[in-house]
Amino acid sequence: MNEILRATLPLAGSEHAKDIDTFYFFVFYLSLFFFVIIAWFTVYFPLKYRLKPGETRKSAHITDHFFLEMLWTVVPSLLSFVLFIWGFNTYVAAFTVPNDAMDIHVKGRKWNWEFEYPDGMKGGGKLYVPLNKPIRLIMDSEDVLHAFYIPAMRVKQDVVPGRFVYLTFTPNVAGEFQIFCAEYCGKDHSGMLATLVVMDDSQYQKFLAEGPPEYKQMNPIEIGQNIYKSRGCQSCHSLDGSRGEGPSFKGIWGKTEQFNDGTSGVVDENYVKQSVLEPQAKVVKGFEPIMPTFQGSLRPIEIDGLIAYIKSMK
Amino acid sequence: MADVITTPAHSTHTEHHDVDYLSDGNGIKDWLITVDHKRIGIMYLAFVCLAFLAGGLLAMAVRLELLTPGRTIMDAETYNRVFTLHGAIMVFLFIIPSIPAALGNFVLPLMLGAKDVAFPKLNLASFYIYVVGASMMLAAIIMGGVDTGWTFYTPYSTTTVGAVTLTTMGVFVLGFSSIFTGMNFIATIHKLRAPGMGWFEMPLFIWGMYSTSVIQVLATPVLAITLVLLALERAFGIGIFDPRLGGDPVLFQHFFWFYSHPAVYIMILPGMAIISEIIPTFSHRTIFGYRGIAFSSVAIAMVSFIVWGHHMFTSGQSQLANAVFSFLTFLVGIPSGIKVFNWVATMYKGRITLKAPMLYAISFLLLFTIGGLTGLFLGSLSIDIHLHDTYFVVAHFHYVMMGGTVIAFLGGLHYWWPKMFGRMYNEKAAAIACALIFVGFNMTFFTQFVLGSRGMPRRYYNYLDQFQPLHQFSTVGSWVLGLGFFIMLGYLFASFRGPKNAPADPWGGSTLEWQTSSPPITHNFHDVPVLQHAPYDYRNIPQGTAN
Repeated sequence: MNEILRATLPLAGSEHAKDIDTFYFFVFYLSLFFFVIIAWFTVYFPLKYRLKPGETRKSAHITDHFFLEMLWTVVPSLLSFVLFIWGFNTYVAAFTVPNDAMDIHVKGRKWNWEFEYPDGMKGGGKLYVPLNKPIRLIMDSEDVLHAFYIPAMRVKQDVVPGRFVYLTFTPNVAGEFQIFCAEYCGKDHSGMLATLVVMDDSQYQKFLAEGPPEYKQMNPIEIGQNIYKSRGCQSCHSLDGSRGEGPSFKGIWGKTEQFNDGTSGVVDENYVKQSVLEPQAKVVKGFEPIMPTFQGSLRPIEIDGLIAYIKSMK
Repeated sequence: MADVITTPAHSTHTEHHDVDYLSDGNGIKDWLITVDHKRIGIMYLAFVCLAFLAGGLLAMAVRLELLTPGRTIMDAETYNRVFTLHGAIMVFLFIIPSIPAALGNFVLPLMLGAKDVAFPKLNLASFYIYVVGASMMLAAIIMGGVDTGWTFYTPYSTTTVGAVTLTTMGVFVLGFSSIFTGMNFIATIHKLRAPGMGWFEMPLFIWGMYSTSVIQVLATPVLAITLVLLALERAFGIGIFDPRLGGDPVLFQHFFWFYSHPAVYIMILPGMAIISEIIPTFSHRTIFGYRGIAFSSVAIAMVSFIVWGHHMFTSGQSQLANAVFSFLTFLVGIPSGIKVFNWVATMYKGRITLKAPMLYAISFLLLFTIGGLTGLFLGSLSIDIHLHDTYFVVAHFHYVMMGGTVIAFLGGLHYWWPKMFGRMYNEKAAAIACALIFVGFNMTFFTQFVLGSRGMPRRYYNYLDQFQPLHQFSTVGSWVLGLGFFIMLGYLFASFRGPKNAPADPWGGSTLEWQTSSPPITHNFHDVPVLQHAPYDYRNIPQGTAN
């Protein structure tokens, strides 16, 4: 029975998740107990007291029974109180942020999640965390309500525009776990997914230094394309030559550009790198100096990827 | 019948008083400007059944779309409009008016021994306001529909395209029809009870209606205000809920659920009220714990106003608020439990006949118990955090709203069908339809508890492959459910072809509506009935008229 019941829940990825599951099983068996009692009498009485042919319809006249009515008022009340206390305790335990928690910022927007790590690096799609380390997510939304839901951790929190909300968990199982958006947010609500990747400490240090493990399977152009899409380059720099807030990447490689300060230069490796890290230094003539710096939020491998990607846009 | 004294003047009445209400003028005008509560009830019944049909077909479309991940029959934007419309129609056009405005309108004055409701013209106004509100929602569908979900959460609802303002104004107008019905019933119950009918001699259906009416009158204005604020923000950019305008989106949820949680009891209390009639009648036994059932209706109505925050455990409200609302939520479960136990105890040593209404009452007991017990999971804070906004919640409220209210509505429809139309339906077909609905319902929704506990969020157009088998089973269940309703449609319409042959009291009922003919005469009773016994007192009617 317990095994069947466990299969109705996702794998528990933290100690708190296990505690909540224990409570869940208790509520299940308690409900089952009451259901069996009520269902038994609901089915048994109509069969037992069914009017048989030829029988008179004279029935018992029982208007009430003090003891019975007290029984089914007081016992459920006491049990409810137990449920309340147990539910409250496990809730507070799961939502109290440990002092040594590591902060990761989460930004929700239609229809993806963006994660910013303590070292300023950002990423989307996958949330990488170290094993056994308490995590605190500091979350806000850019547009409408979303909800950050990690079934394996048994935690969920609505992400509200205009304020910060928090979620904490301490993963104790390594592996990949599903993340959903659980608050309806429009057309692609069901596509607003991400994956929680729990890694042991050495793997995590490697991730911080070299970037996500999947970079190993990718060539620089793919890494650059990934950054282009996930970090917002696409909102200003088009790929088809059309004019945006910034110059299009199409055909820009190797071109000699006039800058706002009157100088000119060739778009090459050094220019792209400088534009990413110090975007105000040399702004192409006719564009506003509005690009934010990516100093500290892109790894060298990612800047190299961007260079390769722009190079491929001939 | 033995528990009523009719004055001896009975035989002196002239013939035209004996015309039943259905035959008393059959021009279109006779119906459209009628102030007869029975005719208004029948018109309401026709409209809520149409709304149920529309909402039901939309539900079938939702289930069909979810047969496979990704696109099955419609795109994501259409899907979002379809599930929004399913919810909005079912809540505002069907379930809220279903029992009070349709069945209640018909039965309540009869049960009280009254000629009509206290304010017959207000009653007709309530119906026309309902029609206007429904038309506004219909217009909104034609003008592009709504994709906000029936909850209209901000800031999505203030920023999305579509006819949100018109829809919310439709709901605003519908609220007045609900308030009018509630006011009318309160006045009727206070002032028009038959001589000898004290508060504790009222049928329990009346207690349920009274509690419902109080909530309708007190809670509906809050929804109206909230929707006006929403419309103001959408139309004029007045910042109330949108943080970019300085508003607070969580405030909307507080306002919305301050109405919509009590509204859940506007939906279920009338269902419970019907069950309290059907079970004693078909057990041919007095109700067990009359006062317990009556007071628990009132208790539910009161506590229902202070539990709204359990819809918001993950919304970002404070942990203290979560704790308080969790505690209060458990309180509201107790009176519902008392009712269930009392209903079951009423069958003990009864003389039970398993006619269609009783089959629905038994289905209700089983399904509502599951709906209530799964509420324990959701009232428990830490478990709710996991289950919130998943299919578990969808399954839970369908067990309460459909397994509870809709099943009770169907029970009431079968119970009073002979009274309303003077005709019996095919009992065997009714039993088959009831069985199909019971099985189909459980197939459709029990699977959704498992989907939810495994983490499947609600309002998802697409889903992970691991959820497909359960979704498919659920969809097949919806077909069984649909077949049951299809059969019901058939035998209920078929009953109109027969003559009006229903006896005044086909079931052996003990309340006043069974003392008049089926269908009742226009003025309900020849003479004012005087109550001699409490309801459900079967000691003096040992032989019912049923076989």
